[in-house]
Amino acid sequence: MSTTTTAIEQGYRKQFARRIILLVALALATALSFFFDMVVGPSMLSVSEVFQAIFSPGAVELSSKVIVWEVRMPYSIMALLVGASLSLAGCEMQTIMNNAMASPFTLGVSAAASFGAALAIIIGVSLPGVAGDWMVIVNAFVFAFGATLLLQALSSTRGAGPEGLVLFGIALVFTFNAFTGIMQYMASAEALQQFIFWSLGSLTKANWDNIPLLFLLFVVIVPFSLAAAWPLTALRLGEDSARSFGVSVRRLRFLSLLRISLLTAGSVAFVGTIGFIGLVGPHIAKLLIGEDHRFSLPASILSGALIMSLASLASKAIVAGAIIPVGIVTSLIGVPVFIALILNKRKR
Amino acid sequence: MATLRIDNLHTGYPGKPIISGLTLPPLVSGEVTILTGPNAAGKSTLLRAIAGLLRTKGSITYEGQDLGPLSPQKRAGVVSFMPQSVPTDINLSVIEAVISALKASPLDAAGDGNEQLHNRAIAVLERIGISHLALEPLNQLSGGQRQMASLARSVVREPKVLLLDEPTSALDLKHQLKVMRLARSFAADGRIVVMVLHDLNLALKWADQVIVMDKGTIASHGRPTTAITPDIIAQVYGVAIRVEICSLGLPNLIVDREL
Repeated sequence: MSTTTTAIEQGYRKQFARRIILLVALALATALSFFFDMVVGPSMLSVSEVFQAIFSPGAVELSSKVIVWEVRMPYSIMALLVGASLSLAGCEMQTIMNNAMASPFTLGVSAAASFGAALAIIIGVSLPGVAGDWMVIVNAFVFAFGATLLLQALSSTRGAGPEGLVLFGIALVFTFNAFTGIMQYMASAEALQQFIFWSLGSLTKANWDNIPLLFLLFVVIVPFSLAAAWPLTALRLGEDSARSFGVSVRRLRFLSLLRISLLTAGSVAFVGTIGFIGLVGPHIAKLLIGEDHRFSLPASILSGALIMSLASLASKAIVAGAIIPVGIVTSLIGVPVFIALILNKRKR
Repeated sequence: MATLRIDNLHTGYPGKPIISGLTLPPLVSGEVTILTGPNAAGKSTLLRAIAGLLRTKGSITYEGQDLGPLSPQKRAGVVSFMPQSVPTDINLSVIEAVISALKASPLDAAGDGNEQLHNRAIAVLERIGISHLALEPLNQLSGGQRQMASLARSVVREPKVLLLDEPTSALDLKHQLKVMRLARSFAADGRIVVMVLHDLNLALKWADQVIVMDKGTIASHGRPTTAITPDIIAQVYGVAIRVEICSLGLPNLIVDREL
């Protein structure tokens, strides 16, 4: 082995090790943020009370136990799950659409979900046999999934490239927003208020019924996503190149779109519209770790979970005693980052 | 000697046929074939069709095997394509990109352990002369360096047919010669090398066979000095040229004027 070969091999190994360390650091930061998210809240429980409530629930007052187990823990876990899901979906989407500004919301999936929710909240229409709170969730899911089926139909049409998909996604956003507008116009004041709260995106919908569902969805999808890491990395080198390396790009895009839609639909159905995580999460991941998808996919999962967890923490810390809907916080963080990304791209 | 045959080929883009009923002279292993011709003559379209990137009718066979029905992975075992342009904003190092070309789909040949693949990737970078760039991110390279890195990716899977679409377009004089020398050495490995080039002087000096295309058809083909003649160039490009033999005994093309 020549000295150059050894030097390159060593350099590559060092890069590899550096990325593993970054992933571990991201995981630790996420764990830390989760801890603070659990500890901070309007009811002013002390750290030891929170720990006691978690590890020996019998030894604390019922109210503390309820706050920790029924409010804080579902919120904090949901924040991690939704952040991770949306950011993973965003990372895949930016790659398959070859567009750094793509995010699950560009697809129109969230707009479709919002329309579904509007149907449930304002008119009370849902699938037969579905009632109560589940109507909103089921409707959001059905419409989000329907939108992705449309996108998938388009993605399997010949000649529909990344630009076609993005344009179609934008068309879906406007169409569903218009439908939702009609619903809002017809709505009673009370229904309208309820719908607006849903559409803001809030972790208060988290509970022990929906967390296991989203968790299951997430852990089933992640291995498939990670298994596609090499073809996705190859796709970054251009569609012609990827195909020349033996990647069936149509199939890759179709399956990736399926994962994106399930992750997005699941998240939106349970917590409403949360903007920008799907855009900002993957960008931060790729800035830190590069675009080798073996690392950028897990890094996106972790950075999304971290940002969402920090947003959840901020939503409680900004106004003492109140919880601002977390969707507002993510948008407030997301907008400046989004503008910085665009300006940075222009400069280049 | 392996042969690539293209018979009665029809191809193009949706609603825009570019090539209709094209039959090429056989392309054989060990030879460098240069496709040239004016803009929009169908050169890149032909190359992309051979690479399986476009819908085609007619037959493209390698050693008697029809490439049309092959899966992308099987086809990649035979043909590799280097595109004219590559994305510029990729945050991957040169070596990572070469390894991803190897890992994107399973390789035909055995021996795909990580260490073997890494050594293979490094060997290709050394052969192409860019091993010093191995750990550099692609988005920080010059256009020419990116083109050399793209060449490394297109050859690393050891294809039997190597298709290069204007591989010298971003390169300085020295690197142009380097790429031509590499193309010859890839052919000497027993590959069929087909490249699209605009530089007729490079074509005259380095090709075994030249195919001059015009409006989706073949205007002339054969040994370089047979295919590139003043009459053909006048007819295809509308330009008056001379081909003269220089003091080293090599053909040189001199452009006189527009016709």
